[in-house]
Amino acid sequence: MNAKPSIPIHARPKAPSRLKHVLTAVIILLLLWGSAVQTDSTLSELVAGLPNMLDLLREMFPPKWSYFSHITEAMLETIRMALVGTTLGAIGAIPVALLCASNLVKPRWVYYPVRFLLNLVRTIPDLLLAALFVAIFGLGPLPGIFALAVFSMGLIAKLTYEALETIDNGPLEAMTSVGANALQRIAYGVIPQIQAHFASYVLYTFEINVRAAAILGLVGAGGIGHYYEVTLGFLEYDKTSVIIIFTLAIVLVIDYVSMKLREKLL
Amino acid sequence: MKKPGNEIRRKPKKRAYRWLIYAALAIIYIWAFAGIPYTGIKETAGQITKAIIAGIFSPDWDYVYLPDGEDLLRGLLDTLAISMLGTFISTVICIPFAFWAATNMSSSRWVSGSGKMILSFIRTFPEIIMAILFIKAVGPGSFAGVLALGLHSVGMLGKLFADEVESMDKGPVEALIASGASRLQIMWFAVIPQVLPGFLSYTLYRFEINVRSATILGIIGAGGIGTPLIFALSSRNWERVGIILLGIVVMITIIDMISGSIRKKLV
Repeated sequence: MNAKPSIPIHARPKAPSRLKHVLTAVIILLLLWGSAVQTDSTLSELVAGLPNMLDLLREMFPPKWSYFSHITEAMLETIRMALVGTTLGAIGAIPVALLCASNLVKPRWVYYPVRFLLNLVRTIPDLLLAALFVAIFGLGPLPGIFALAVFSMGLIAKLTYEALETIDNGPLEAMTSVGANALQRIAYGVIPQIQAHFASYVLYTFEINVRAAAILGLVGAGGIGHYYEVTLGFLEYDKTSVIIIFTLAIVLVIDYVSMKLREKLL
Repeated sequence: MKKPGNEIRRKPKKRAYRWLIYAALAIIYIWAFAGIPYTGIKETAGQITKAIIAGIFSPDWDYVYLPDGEDLLRGLLDTLAISMLGTFISTVICIPFAFWAATNMSSSRWVSGSGKMILSFIRTFPEIIMAILFIKAVGPGSFAGVLALGLHSVGMLGKLFADEVESMDKGPVEALIASGASRLQIMWFAVIPQVLPGFLSYTLYRFEINVRSATILGIIGAGGIGTPLIFALSSRNWERVGIILLGIVVMITIIDMISGSIRKKLV
């Protein structure tokens, strides 16, 4: 073989073309520009709106603390809604998650459709669900609870079935070999492996639901959210700020407690 | 009786400790369930449910495109534009926040601690509340929605970005310091290349979440598909509710798929 002393120019490795990056940047810029046109977003409007916003903030201070006692009941209702909604959702999520896990349910025609339905449920935002349930059940915390239950079911079932697919198969095989039926396998092979994860997901969903429950009242589904509408409608921003501070405090406390509990679980 | 908190901390016997938790849970649940005012289902509930199901399964296809004025496609496009711009704004804002909150980027714990505090404070604000506040400031419309999403996402995105910066490899930074690079050069050649894929992936992930949020912003008047939806809901126009829900579900599914495949390529 008489190889040439140097590799010809066209065969030398070239630096990767920058064209792709440039094109990506151009597309992103075009998308952003289009979005700005579509939503009428301009910087000048933001600047023009800034004084309004500062006025609003000024009116929010000092908060009218006496309003606090007025909204405690609604706040408790919000927590209650989140708690009951999460619990119902968690109970509903157990069978759904079991049906979705491909290592527990062998036939494809079972777990694919269930997963598909689960994905559909998860695309519907909780506030929309609440608005739908308000139309069915009327005003009050009941539609809020149902909305949260459906929403939590979707979230918990998804997280749980993903955890279910990673469980250790050994205990299950051992039980199959000694002739356990499906129910026994789940009770003694699956549940002990999954329960800590499940509890942690339920707590996590509860955290999210407390936030969600705080605004469900905007569409008439009970809880503290109703008071946002009322106080903002009557331009009583000093009261609004009390609600916001109260909500923040509750959310922070619940997040902290739940985080500590979750750390213990896992 | 002692306070339950003290007993939990001492961990007496495993069983007693467990029973205490069960008792506390039972009390909380009794409180929660007893407090629900069971008003009973409206008499018309069955009828309405039937109407809703019938409407949702016979969607109003004419609404998909109307030559003049508000239709489904325009609403969805609006929603998409709101979430895109909102995500972009929050990405830009939260990059400095992420470096502020990352423990390996600052000399003292107080600096990064304060950054983390601010981020979690922003995170706890529901975006709907922010949207209400922005509507008061810039008037109703999509722009208020953009600002609300933009500000709200800073909380979570900033935290994820900060985690990404914290998990960065220190080697390249030290090498550049040793060769006498300036701070800007260190940023550009050692930090940015390492964190960029993570940043982009989280941004896409946040975009998925923002599309979901943007669909409901219209309920309070901040633009997007939510506005026609809430009108259709309050006028009991279930065929229209059906087509809008279908549109939302299809859009979110498509976006999740696209963004998921891009994210897989990134990381």
